[in-house]
Amino acid sequence: MTDVLAVADHRRGELRDVSYELITAGHALADDTGGDLHVAVVSGTVDEFAEKCNREGVNVIHTIEYGKEFDHGVYTQAIVQLADELDPQYVLLPNSVNGLDYAPAVASRLDVPIVTDAIGLENDGETLVATREMYGGKVETMTELKEPAVATLRGAEWPAAERTGDATVEAFDVDIDEDALGTTVNGFEEVASGDVDISEADVLVSVGRGIEEEDNLEIIHKLADALGATVSSSRPIVDNGWLPKNRQVGQSGKVVTPDVYIAIGISGAVQHVAGMKGSDTIVAINTDPNAPIIDIADYAIHDDLFDVVPELIELVK
Amino acid sequence: MKVLVTAKEVATVENEFEIEEMAIADRYLGADLNEWDDYAVEEAVQLKEADIAAEVVTVTIGPDDCEQTIRQALAKGADRAIRVWDDTLEEATLLDVGAKTELLAAVVEDEEPDLVLTGVQSDDDSFGATGVSLAEAVDYEWAAVVNHLEHDLKDGGASIRRELEGGVEELTDVSLPAVLTIQTGINEPRYASLRGIRQAQRKELSVQDLAALGVDESAVDSALELTAMYEPESQSDVMLWEGSPEETAGELAELLREKGVAQ
Ligand SMILES: Cc1cc2nc3c(=O)[nH]c(=O)nc-3n(C[C@H](O)[C@H](O)[C@H](O)COP(=O)(O)OP(=O)(O)OC[C@H]3O[C@@H](n4cnc5c(N)ncnc54)[C@H](O)[C@@H]3O)c2cc1C
Repeated sequence: MTDVLAVADHRRGELRDVSYELITAGHALADDTGGDLHVAVVSGTVDEFAEKCNREGVNVIHTIEYGKEFDHGVYTQAIVQLADELDPQYVLLPNSVNGLDYAPAVASRLDVPIVTDAIGLENDGETLVATREMYGGKVETMTELKEPAVATLRGAEWPAAERTGDATVEAFDVDIDEDALGTTVNGFEEVASGDVDISEADVLVSVGRGIEEEDNLEIIHKLADALGATVSSSRPIVDNGWLPKNRQVGQSGKVVTPDVYIAIGISGAVQHVAGMKGSDTIVAINTDPNAPIIDIADYAIHDDLFDVVPELIELVK
Repeated sequence: MKVLVTAKEVATVENEFEIEEMAIADRYLGADLNEWDDYAVEEAVQLKEADIAAEVVTVTIGPDDCEQTIRQALAKGADRAIRVWDDTLEEATLLDVGAKTELLAAVVEDEEPDLVLTGVQSDDDSFGATGVSLAEAVDYEWAAVVNHLEHDLKDGGASIRRELEGGVEELTDVSLPAVLTIQTGINEPRYASLRGIRQAQRKELSVQDLAALGVDESAVDSALELTAMYEPESQSDVMLWEGSPEETAGELAELLREKGVAQ
């Protein structure tokens, strides 16, 4: 019981990046425990996914053919059956939206604890040490676990495994209890389209909760006009209905890569950063000198946006 | 039908703070209803207003102090509240997903709601796993990260949308009873009205200890042990502009000119 089992993530025929990151993390962890790294691919074109998951460090890839897309009931049953057979010490799952939809159930059925959204994992022989964030990234913590566990890993924290490996591929026969599947997925819908495509913009003036009120957005629009830039935002602005969904930058919004991204009153939560970290030059205006956005910014003004933005408008218009 | 909503009081942290013995020192902390739970409460109250839910009950794991926050949920329209607490919990430093699940599962077994709404995650420990874990423990169906719920709840099922990454939503039917973890943006949470606040004072708020719930003290033992808390080390090589707003805005204007963004 020293093995590690990692489960790939895919959607609409595409293996998602986090799958390769799980392999990197799983490889390191299996090195720590002295066990093997097993990878499971469940549903969809499993043979094609297995070929892609054949990266250095992977010992065995288990293909589980059942249905096309993610279904949490199928995933839960399949992974629990596979884990029962392999008896791994750790099961690594993605902290993606789908990961969150089955990882807790897998942990519960295997009767092991779960640690979620890990950004670091280490094992010193008997204890798993997971690094996590709390309070929206304001602090980092170490949590120790002495038992076998399920861990979900935050995306983009581990590099993607790249080099081709020599894993064996084995089909795993699952016995899915159809009567126990209580959800039916009826399809998908793209929701963030509209007149403006912020992912095409060269310059984004992006606004967050620091703006406080809808009326205050006026200065953001004025600044964007003066710069010939496009207005985008963090999630709360869209949740409040102050800007349409197609303006949201982030994990559940759009990924943007402008030349200049000006983050105004945005803390830089991980789900926001996921959408804008590829920007060429990042400027942050924030009253909190410890806001995570400052860490990834190239330039920062630690001050009140209501003082700085009007000055800036005067200077650039 | 009955709807149970988890409502957690989370700590809010000031910009500048200090860590003392693996916790943020109290003097830098405020308290608020967890953002995601606020949307869950609103969704439940809307189900009641649509005559789908007959009763909305909130459940909180937390000390006396958090009654203010629970009253907020009552003021927004929940009918009554349950607060789980006792000395064993007082001493626990970290309640992991398993511990919370056991406590909440005992409440679900008592209350037998048709629908449980939780937030996707809580703002402080951000496990994002309690809802699904709870569903599994009480043998309910579930869906995580729900950003739309059809309020007609036909034929013992609910039509929902799950918000996936990248602006894609999954359209799913879930059979009831179920636990849904609610994402922000699903609705527009109301502010408590003055009348609501007055009425909330008279609503039932029952406190249950582990014994009352029939839960063993060992349930509170967390499998996860917090061994360190620190401010993340900054690896940033950010150019921090200092000075008056005129000066810092001037620096930024200059940069934008260099980049050809402004004239
Ligand atoms: C599954 C999931 C998906 C998500 N997807 C996304 C997503 O796609 N995009 C996204 O953005 N978020 C997403 N989120 C939400 C995310 O976790 C954060 O809640 C959100 O990004 C916070 O937005 P914010 O930075 O605007 O607000 P806050 O975190 O509240 O930050 C406001 C900032 O403004 C600063 N500020 C306040 N007043 C002023 C002032 N006067 N002048 C200057 N600065 C000021 C504060 O110091 C603070 O740093 C998602 C969350 C989950 C759980």
